[in-house]
Amino acid sequence: MAAPKTRAKVDAVIVGLGWSGSLMAEELTRAGLRVVAVERGKWRDTATDVPPSVDMDELRWDRRRGMMQPQAVETVTFRNTPTQKALPVREWNCFQFGWNVGGAGTHWAGMTWRFNPWDFEVGTRVRQRYGTRETTPGLQLQDWGITYDEIEPFYDRFEKIAGTSGTAGMVGGQKRPGGNPFEGNRTAEFPTPALKDSRWMSMFRKTTAEMGYSPFTIPAGNISTAYTNPLGVRMGPCTYCGYCEMFGCGNWSKSSPQACILPALTRRDNFEVISETEVLRVNLAADGKTATGVTMIDAKGNLWEQPADIVVISAYQIDNVRLMLLSGIGTPYDYKSGMGTIGRGYAYQTISGASLFFENERFNPFIGGGALGVQIDDWNADNFDHSGLGFIGGAGIMGFSTGGRPIGMADAVPQGTPRWGSAWKRAYRDNYQNAATIFNQGTSFAHRDVFVDLDPAYKDRHGQALLRVTFDYNENDRRMAKFTMDKAAEIGRKVGAKHIETFNSAAGANTPYDQRSTHTTGGAIIGADPATSALNRFNQSWDVHNVFVMGASSFPNNGGYNPTATVGALALHSAKAIIERYVDERKPLVAA
Amino acid sequence: MKRRTFLAIAPAGAIAAASTAAILTSETPRATDVAFDALPDAGTGGFLNSAEARMVGAAFDRLIPADDLSIGAVEAGCVTFLDRQLAGNWGHATTRYRLGPNEPGTPEQGDQSPFTPRDRYRLGLAAMASRAHTDHGKDFADLPPQTQDRILAAMERGEHGADAKFFFAMLLQNVREGYFADPLYGGNKDMAGWKLVGFPGARYDYRLEIDRPGEDLKLAPISLMDRA
Ligand SMILES: Cc1cc2nc3c(=O)[nH]c(=O)nc-3n(C[C@H](O)[C@H](O)[C@H](O)COP(=O)(O)OP(=O)(O)OC[C@H]3O[C@@H](n4cnc5c(N)ncnc54)[C@H](O)[C@@H]3O)c2cc1C
Ligand code: SF4
Repeated sequence: MAAPKTRAKVDAVIVGLGWSGSLMAEELTRAGLRVVAVERGKWRDTATDVPPSVDMDELRWDRRRGMMQPQAVETVTFRNTPTQKALPVREWNCFQFGWNVGGAGTHWAGMTWRFNPWDFEVGTRVRQRYGTRETTPGLQLQDWGITYDEIEPFYDRFEKIAGTSGTAGMVGGQKRPGGNPFEGNRTAEFPTPALKDSRWMSMFRKTTAEMGYSPFTIPAGNISTAYTNPLGVRMGPCTYCGYCEMFGCGNWSKSSPQACILPALTRRDNFEVISETEVLRVNLAADGKTATGVTMIDAKGNLWEQPADIVVISAYQIDNVRLMLLSGIGTPYDYKSGMGTIGRGYAYQTISGASLFFENERFNPFIGGGALGVQIDDWNADNFDHSGLGFIGGAGIMGFSTGGRPIGMADAVPQGTPRWGSAWKRAYRDNYQNAATIFNQGTSFAHRDVFVDLDPAYKDRHGQALLRVTFDYNENDRRMAKFTMDKAAEIGRKVGAKHIETFNSAAGANTPYDQRSTHTTGGAIIGADPATSALNRFNQSWDVHNVFVMGASSFPNNGGYNPTATVGALALHSAKAIIERYVDERKPLVAA
Repeated sequence: MKRRTFLAIAPAGAIAAASTAAILTSETPRATDVAFDALPDAGTGGFLNSAEARMVGAAFDRLIPADDLSIGAVEAGCVTFLDRQLAGNWGHATTRYRLGPNEPGTPEQGDQSPFTPRDRYRLGLAAMASRAHTDHGKDFADLPPQTQDRILAAMERGEHGADAKFFFAMLLQNVREGYFADPLYGGNKDMAGWKLVGFPGARYDYRLEIDRPGEDLKLAPISLMDRA
């Protein structure tokens, strides 16, 4: 292969232009830095790629995953335990990677959560409240090195950029009616009011309130009303179209890099996007302590080098860790000795819940939004006393209305119903208006035997090692899932379902083909101690100080929430430190 | 800002799309033509031979039969749908990770075979045909419906082997897709599938309807084809 051509040096190169990359690019270019973003996927925009003339296509976007990164481009290998041989995940699966400008932020659902303050400090708080009484062996519980209160202003900024719709539960130390009473303190209300309730949401809300819980509308990046964000970008009201998660939004209503950031960013002369080009590795200086830039390959197979003073890796959790390992940044984690940090702290999301079937209901399930739902947090985080339960953590329990797309719902019939023939047709017709789901989105904690590293056998299309995922649910998370599943079933009975079927992803061995959640976390985690974290609290590599890594790869544990607002807040927090300190100091921002 | 894709040669449409930078709030006029690859690909078909198409049709009509509720799968166009899918990217498994080695794994690790959907159909239909001849001396399509049902149910339960079980799942997935996907892909004739369950199709705005919870909205379905 021909030697790489070298481009002109810039202040910062950003690898991957999803949510994290776009936020970082916006901050750095506004501060005057020259920035090049390299994105593996195509340029994609609302009016030209997902307008309402093509968007409402379940087969194309949902079943065939028209917007997602194919496994042929890159996949992971998977195994449940370190002694098994990992094999490639060949088909569409739970890892629904983005690969366009906008990243997975184009096809995400839009639930825009702040983590609970407890999630940031599980190490300390669990020790203080329970000692080791409720924890199972092997858990790696540790603090993030940054608290909720420190990250709060950046959550606020993210919500304002995204236009998030919701009802606050706690502002300026005061409880607010209708909001989440367990949420951390907020400096401000949500930028736009909460979405409306569907029929199913109002039933879930009423029943859970009667049970003594505190239901509230899920904070949504499907925004409820027209809005202009701080970057001067205008968004339109969500139409409850029901073609949301897995789809783009043709209404400029879903918070996304396209709808919220790129229109402002692309007008700046100090910003450049190179799309359809993949970064192969970060190049290090001879002493290994700084990066010199990246090597990348374009769609025609030409190699290029992009020199830069700062390298931001924002290629999504999986590729963030993979690029660090491929580039020799930091020490790979070894589960046997517990040494090394890159690949340590991988976690997922622990899902359980209940499928409900009613009679003579009319849910009109096609009215929906990716983030349209009501939740209770009474059984999430440490919002309840875990003494004697044998686990820590919990789940947000939600009743959602994401849409009623008919290929996907075809199995929403009670168990025991034939899956084909006239009996199935009749059952499907009868249940289409009568089926609802209670979904528990649970915490996931890092464990000694769960990690990611480079696969020794399988390669991507460029001959580089795939990332190997070694994952199964730990005992703590299995107990939590069962506990919250029973709570969901109880709500189902109280709400009047005629037939209830519980589900629990953590009941057996995990498989990537269980597609109830896409949220992978960890592998390049932040922390206060370089022995147990890959990055400091500013998402700066402990080992190579001009490399900053953005994404859910930073999370030492996953909360009972979707990740993206926390991803965004951490990126904004990091950007501030780069602009205000790193560009002058050029050294580790936290002494090791 | 500058935008580059290092694509030296790109179709004319790509360049047109690339030159419409995403400036939503400025006063700058901008083209809003859909990008060259944004339109759906309805496909052309031509994979199944006539015997295969007849056999798939017989199976599909047992999976989604004509009855008092709605038309059957064949009349709805599901075989046409399938043939187009098999002739296109899906049939060729262009998105699948296909590099070896192909080794059997645990159930959690999923399908490790080198087969594409085209391979699955060619092999799966041949196996069904020979079994029908061995056991019943007839083409599958010429067997009585009850016998066809018994064969399909045995495949579903795995009694005819792992490959037949896998193939059954694919048949069921595809017939449902054909019956409920937008009619532009060749199935769901007259939106029969959507009418069966009461799905209003390619509508994009329920801001008024969300204020009428629990009501029968009586919304006639519409297809993306209506907008072409
Ligand atoms: C169907 C779905 C629904 C979701 N719903 C929610 C939700 O409701 N709420 C929530 O909080 N989160 C949700 N998520 C998760 C959310 O999408 C992610 O958390 C978020 O997009 C992560 O942002 P990111 O910037 O870290 O990565 P991404 O947005 O994934 O961006 C990474 C980008 O990097 C590019 N890239 C990767 N490798 C390279 C390379 N080597 N060179 C160049 N470019 C590269 C990719 O192509 C991609 O565009 C959902 C995800 C999916 C798939
Ligand atoms: S539900 Fe709302 S935010 Fe989601 S795609 Fe439809 S209009 Fe956009």
